[in-house]
Amino acid sequence: MSSSGLIWIYRNYLNCSGCRRCEIVCSLSHEGKIWPEASRIRIFMLIPGIEIPHLCAQCHDYPCVSACPVEALSISKETGAVLVDKEKCTACGRCIEACPGNIPFIHPSDNYAVICDLCGGDPECVKACKEGGWNALQLVKRESDYNFKLYAKTPDRITKELAARIYGEEIAEAI
Amino acid sequence: MPKGYAGKILEIDLSSENIKEIKIDKDILRQYIGGRGLATKILWDRLGNRWEEIDPLGPENLLLMLTGPLTGFVPGGRICISGKSPQSNGIVGSTVGGEFPIDLKCAGYDGIIFTGTAEKPTYLFIKDSDVELKDASHVWGKGAKETLLTLVREARRELENRYRGRGIWREPSALYIGPAGENLCRTAAVVSKWVHAAGYGGYGAVMGSKNLKAVLVKGTGPLPEVHDMEETLKFINEIVEINLGKDMFRRWGTGSAGYTVGAELSSEPVMNWQEEWHNEESFGVDKFELFWIKRFWGDFGCPITCLKLSVINSGPFKGAITDNPDYENQAYLGTNLGVFNADANIYLTALADELGFCGIQVGNVLAFTAELYQRGILTKEDLGFELKWGDAKAFATLLRMIARREGIGDILAEGTYRAALKISEMKGVDVTKYAITVKGVAVGAHGIRSGKDYPHYASYPCSVQGGDHTSVAYVPIDHGNSELRAILYDSGVVCWFNFFDVKAQEALWNLLNAVTGWEITPEEWFSTISRRILNIQRTVLLLGGPDLKWNPKIHDDIPPRWYEPLTRGPYAGKIVEKAKIQESIKEYYKAIGWDENGIPLSEELKRLGLEDVDKKLEQIRQSTK
Repeated sequence: MSSSGLIWIYRNYLNCSGCRRCEIVCSLSHEGKIWPEASRIRIFMLIPGIEIPHLCAQCHDYPCVSACPVEALSISKETGAVLVDKEKCTACGRCIEACPGNIPFIHPSDNYAVICDLCGGDPECVKACKEGGWNALQLVKRESDYNFKLYAKTPDRITKELAARIYGEEIAEAI
Repeated sequence: MPKGYAGKILEIDLSSENIKEIKIDKDILRQYIGGRGLATKILWDRLGNRWEEIDPLGPENLLLMLTGPLTGFVPGGRICISGKSPQSNGIVGSTVGGEFPIDLKCAGYDGIIFTGTAEKPTYLFIKDSDVELKDASHVWGKGAKETLLTLVREARRELENRYRGRGIWREPSALYIGPAGENLCRTAAVVSKWVHAAGYGGYGAVMGSKNLKAVLVKGTGPLPEVHDMEETLKFINEIVEINLGKDMFRRWGTGSAGYTVGAELSSEPVMNWQEEWHNEESFGVDKFELFWIKRFWGDFGCPITCLKLSVINSGPFKGAITDNPDYENQAYLGTNLGVFNADANIYLTALADELGFCGIQVGNVLAFTAELYQRGILTKEDLGFELKWGDAKAFATLLRMIARREGIGDILAEGTYRAALKISEMKGVDVTKYAITVKGVAVGAHGIRSGKDYPHYASYPCSVQGGDHTSVAYVPIDHGNSELRAILYDSGVVCWFNFFDVKAQEALWNLLNAVTGWEITPEEWFSTISRRILNIQRTVLLLGGPDLKWNPKIHDDIPPRWYEPLTRGPYAGKIVEKAKIQESIKEYYKAIGWDENGIPLSEELKRLGLEDVDKKLEQIRQSTK
C-alpha cells in the first residue's frame, strides 16, 4: 500500500477544551443528528478538567481488521481508515478486544461496530477543532510508522498519565 | 409533542421510592417552555395553594432539574435547578453548566422532579430508561472530588458489567452536593464537574434535605428531533460564529474582571462592599493566567470556553483545582475578603467548590462576618480565631466551619440575611445593615453606586430572584439586560454568555422556532410568555414563608450599604439617593404591570390567564392597603 495521500488525525490532548464540537459535527455527518454516543470521536472526561479525545489511531498493523471473524472491516486505500461494513458486522466485539485502546464500540442503537472513517479524507472533527482555534485535532499526512499505534490507548490510561502530570498521582489513581 | 423535547419527565418520590414518567401538555410547554418557566408552572400548580406553609427544606418541597427545548442545540449545556428557595422563599431558576442536560435528553427525559425525602443517603442513576435509586452512604460527607470520582467509577463498572462486549463506556454526567448541601447550608449549591454550580437559590440544601447526594445519567440516544434541522444548524452556526469572534472574552472569560470591574467601573465588592474600587494589579488577569494556562475548558458545544482549568502545584495553596476562577468568585472569594492575590483566591474558590458552596452566597457571608469582626461586634471568642481582611487561611477555616455547622458556622450556614437577624438578636445591635442581600439572596458582584456597571437602580430591588445578577429588572422591559430575557435563557435552557451580541440575540428567536416549530415572536415573549412566568415568580416571592416574608415597601430596595457613598476611587463621594431608587422602582412597577405597592395588577393577571394567581394575591393586596 502506498503511503501517498494517506492522512492521520494528530491529537494533542492538552489542547482539547472539552467543547465536544467534534462530536456534534461527527454525529451530524454520520447520523444526521446530534448524537454524542454515536460520534466516531468521543471526548472522555473521567476526571474533570482532563478531557481526552478518543478515536481510531489507524495502527500500522490494523489488529482490529485481522481480528474480525466475518471480514466486516477493511482498510481504505484512499485514506488508510478502517471501514466497517454494517451489513456484515455482527457486533461480536472482537475488534474492540483486539484494539490496544479498545477504541471501537457498538453503535448505541444498531448492531455494528463504530470506527472513525476519516470522513473519506476530510474529517469534520478536525475542521470544527481548527475553527475553534484549539488544534487539539490536526490533519497530517500519514507516513508508514509504528508510532501511530502508540496513540491507541484506553481513555483510562491516557487520563491517568495526563492527570498525574496536571494534578498529581493521587487524583490520577482515583479513576 | 412539540419538537426539541424528549417528551417525558421523570418523577421520583424519594419517600416511597416510586419512579414514574410524566408528560407535560403541549400547550403548557408552549406557554412555559422549560427550565425556569416550566418549574414555575409546576411549583405553582402543586404548591401554590399552600405556598406560605411549605418549608423549603421539608419533604413537601420539590426539587426540579429541568432542561428546555433549546438545551443541547444552543452551545454550552445548561440545566435549570429549582424548587421553593431556602434563600428567598420564592422560586429561583438557577442554572448550571455541564453535559448533564445533554445526557438527560439523550436518555429520553426533559427533566426530573423529586418529591419527598429519602430515608437514607441516596443517589439516582439513570441509564436511558433504566432508572434506579441507589445507596449513597459511602459518599455522604465526602467532598466534590471524591464524590464524583467514586460514583463515576462505580457507574462505569456497572455499565461495563451490564453491557459486556459493547466497548468502553463513557462517564455518566453528574449533579451532586457537597457537605454544605448535606448540612442544609442555605448557601449550598448543586454542583457539576467539580467546579460548576447552580448557586443562586440554595438548592444544594434542598437536595441535602431530601438525602439526595447525586444524580448520574448516561443517555445513549440522539438529541430529540427538531422541527427544521437545516434552519436549526444555520442558527446554531450563526451563534457559534459570532462567539468565535470574541477573541479576548474567549481568552479571559470573565476572569479579567477581578481587576477591571474594580479599577475601571468601581462596582466590585471590596471588604463587604465598604468600597467598590481597587487598583490592585496583583489581581490582574495576567496573574491568573499563570495558573490556568493548563487548559481552556468548555461545556458541550461551547465556542467561548469562558472557564479555564486553574491548578496550583506548589506553595501554601498546593493542590487547589478550580475554574479560572470566574469574575464572581474572584470578587466574592477575593476582593470582597480583602484577598488580592490570585493563588489565595484560587485556593478559596477550590475549597468552596469542594465543600459544595455557591461562591457568591458563601463569600457574602464570609465578608459579612469579617466586617462584624472589624467592628468588634463579633470577637475572637465568638469565632475561635482572628478574622482579618486578606487572611485566606482564616476564611478557609470559617468555610469549613460553615459547611459542618460548627460553632458560629451553625448560624452563618443560614446565609447572610438570616444570620444577620440572629446575630442582631444575640448581640443586641442591628447588623442587618451590613447584610448585602436582597430578599435573602446575596447580590451578585456588580454594584450600582458608580453608575458604570450594567445593573441599575431598580435592577436588584425588583428582580423576582432577589440579588441574582443574572436576572435583573430593567426598563425598558425588552432591554438586552432585562429580566424577561433572563427568563428566556433560563427557560430555554441556554447559556446567557452566547447572547451578549445583538445579532446572537436575534438568532435565538429564530433558533427557538426552528427547533420547536412554534412561531414565537419577541413581541409575544415580552408581552405574554415571559410575563406569566415573571408574575408567578413575583407572587410566590411575596407570599414567602414560613420563616420570612417580604414586604415590597420595605424589601424592594437596595442593600442599606449602597446608600453610603464610596470613599475611594474616581467615584468617591457619589451618593445614591433614596428618592431616585424609589422613583426607578415605581417606574419599573408601572412598566411591568404592578400596582404602586409592587403587586401584580388584577387586570394584568387576568390578561395573562392567571386568575388563580390573582385570587391568591388578593390577601396580600388587602394586607398592604
